[in-house]
Amino acid sequence: MVVDKLLDELVELYPVDRLLTNKAALITYESDALTSFKRTPRAVVIAETQEEVIETVRKCHEYRVPFVARGSGTSLSGGSLPVQDGIVIALNRLNRIISIDPEQRIAVVEAGVVNSDVSQAADPYGLYFAPDPSSQPICTIGGNLAFNSGGAHCLKYGMTSNHVLGLKIVLPDGEVVELGGDSLESVEPDLVGIFSGSEGLFGIALQATLRLLPKPECYKTILAAYRSLESAGDAVAKVVESGLLPGALEIMDNLAIEAAEAAVQAGYPLDCEGLLIVELDGERLTVEHDFKILLEIIEKSGAYEIKIAKDNLERQRIWKGRKSAFSAVGRLSPDYIVQDGVVPRGRLSDALAEIKRLGKKYNLRVANVFHAGDGNLHPLILFNGRDDGALERAEEMASEILDLCIQYGGSITGEHGIGMEKRDHLPKMFDLNSINTMKSLHKIIDPHMISNPGKVFLTDVP
Amino acid sequence: MRPTKISELQELVRAHSKLSASGGKTKSALHNVSDDVKNLDLTGLEGVIEYNPSEFTITAQAGADLKQLNLILGDHGQYLPFDPAFIERGATVGGTVASGVSGPGRYRYGGIRDFIIGVAYVDGQGKRVNSGGMVVKNAAGFDLSKLMVGSLGRYGALVDCSFKVFPKPESLMTLQVGFSSMEEAVECLLSITRMPIDLYALEIIPRADQYYIYIRMGGIPETLISRIDRLRMICGDGEVIEGEEDDEIWKDITNFTWLQSGELLVKVPITPKNVDDLDKYLAESSAKRHYSVGCNVAWVAWRNPIEALDVQLRNIGLSGLVIVGQVDKIHLGLEKSNKFSKLVKEALDPGNKWVEV
Repeated sequence: MVVDKLLDELVELYPVDRLLTNKAALITYESDALTSFKRTPRAVVIAETQEEVIETVRKCHEYRVPFVARGSGTSLSGGSLPVQDGIVIALNRLNRIISIDPEQRIAVVEAGVVNSDVSQAADPYGLYFAPDPSSQPICTIGGNLAFNSGGAHCLKYGMTSNHVLGLKIVLPDGEVVELGGDSLESVEPDLVGIFSGSEGLFGIALQATLRLLPKPECYKTILAAYRSLESAGDAVAKVVESGLLPGALEIMDNLAIEAAEAAVQAGYPLDCEGLLIVELDGERLTVEHDFKILLEIIEKSGAYEIKIAKDNLERQRIWKGRKSAFSAVGRLSPDYIVQDGVVPRGRLSDALAEIKRLGKKYNLRVANVFHAGDGNLHPLILFNGRDDGALERAEEMASEILDLCIQYGGSITGEHGIGMEKRDHLPKMFDLNSINTMKSLHKIIDPHMISNPGKVFLTDVP
Repeated sequence: MRPTKISELQELVRAHSKLSASGGKTKSALHNVSDDVKNLDLTGLEGVIEYNPSEFTITAQAGADLKQLNLILGDHGQYLPFDPAFIERGATVGGTVASGVSGPGRYRYGGIRDFIIGVAYVDGQGKRVNSGGMVVKNAAGFDLSKLMVGSLGRYGALVDCSFKVFPKPESLMTLQVGFSSMEEAVECLLSITRMPIDLYALEIIPRADQYYIYIRMGGIPETLISRIDRLRMICGDGEVIEGEEDDEIWKDITNFTWLQSGELLVKVPITPKNVDDLDKYLAESSAKRHYSVGCNVAWVAWRNPIEALDVQLRNIGLSGLVIVGQVDKIHLGLEKSNKFSKLVKEALDPGNKWVEV
């Protein structure tokens, strides 16, 4: 078999402990965080240098064997699902922080560097890396780039792509190319921008030049409890109308609160139906002024309990609850599907009401966590995989939620990407010309369809 | 050829084999095409399609006038954070996106690429292609919206662009501090850029024998003076400019009124690290220049033969783009094209209809 010939060559490239072919070792790589999909690769290579990655891609190209790059496997859309009998190129050990330049405010890092490690390395210089997906203690920059990951601070700070200035990539045919540079400005089309969020279909990012920001001088974080999700949503609308630009606006519902409290004891009120986290950040004088306006809005918004973080420790505690919500929900239910749709902010209440109705229709519980500032919903559809038909019902419900997002003029994905999960919804969001244009781009860059094939577009690749 | 409807534009595209698109032609160097190329004037596609102040989004046609757009946004206390340039000269939405030219105010929150959330364009086959959408957060499909930024019309004719917008700062104020050398000015600039101070613009402008730093702050009027005082402690004393005078200075900078007739305007992306070498050369050549966005871009007014600048940029390891003026070759310095850029062009414009200026 062709893949066996490839393996004979990979054996020359990797020591035995970094070329996994044994079934037991491969199990870890069969899924990512979207556990309903499982594929068994033929082999996993654990690369430690960029040269190893490049050489592996070249050999895969020569033998036309599909490969999937994988960071920490935290993708919630099946984006790093292996191709059956293909190769997985694991990048966790490609994790050097090559340089931090505090004067230019940039960090050059390899793709396997963990997201929060960037901020940790930048911290002594008073700088940080703004994109903060909830999986940031685990997920890697390469993965963030591939999916254009977001987090809780996207309205004000944008997504991963907005903080990447330059890339070194290996194309599916093994050619290495550098895109962008060190400057915030450019005199060419935004090639870094088109590569970001391409979900591994255009090759593999080896190294990125990241933009760092000065750490905000001051944070003011409020936790406000409401007797209904609608009133929490109304409060968000009032904050936005006031002309303030919060760093974050997050809402959790009762079920999500219950899970988070059981997991991390963030101090959330358990009887609350809608919990709002609002955060201002910036220069002290500005934040203190804006905070008075914010507090007045929240006090008049019908919150029955208001907590203001009095120091960084309390602030971290508030965020710990929110950021642990997805994993915490595992306590409530053996299985769940988390959706990632976006609706215009003004339609959040309608969307939540619909989700509640769909929960009754499908007889499934839903915990809701969402980025109220940018309309990005995360309904966590809870089910027990052992119950007959439960997974199918959950998937149907998830599909109806995506249809709803399209209907409301939103998006089927705010930050998790299409991956495997939403391939059949992409053509509902974009017309045929637009899909064909994206496919043309894909086909020219990867004519043999070996770079993370089967993702994003419906194809017959297994 | 000036279509006023997208269907007319599509017909024109299908009927011709070599095309270029234009808006207000404020970036004149980008329109120097040969006679066999048909120019499509998109100023007839000039409407605002949708504006949702509460969603922080606006969608406008490519030919929409940016000055008008700014006024509409301003009425709702909002603005385009990438601070579009040349708006007093008639810059349009599509031309600004295609040229990738942001103004100094982009320093605060980001450039065009950070605020464009969706595009529609007509490709070489006359088909309308959409990317992104009208919501501020979107990871669906390939990000063709970003690709259009700085694309100089090589993939198609933009018809609609959607942007994220932000609340406008209530008030603005500038501190101007003079230094006797570029070195000192850059040193002061670097001491500010790492601080957690929220600046709207940060320029270095050489004038006479001095190097002036212009630092623009925005926010609530009551706090501005105290915040400026904090900057004074770092940079040294300087002149505080506010109100109409402040507006005028930044209008001049953003509209390049300092560019004289006969001068070429060249954009050179830089970083604070490589600005010294460039400045020495430009000073020796007596070229007027502004260093914008915290020394991330040099704007150069060039009179001498362009070849000299081309060679020097290459020697320093920089690339440049002639934005205003008439030259045969607008791409200067280091060659930026690579295999990936060629594949993208081949995929999106297989018929090679859209001229690469």
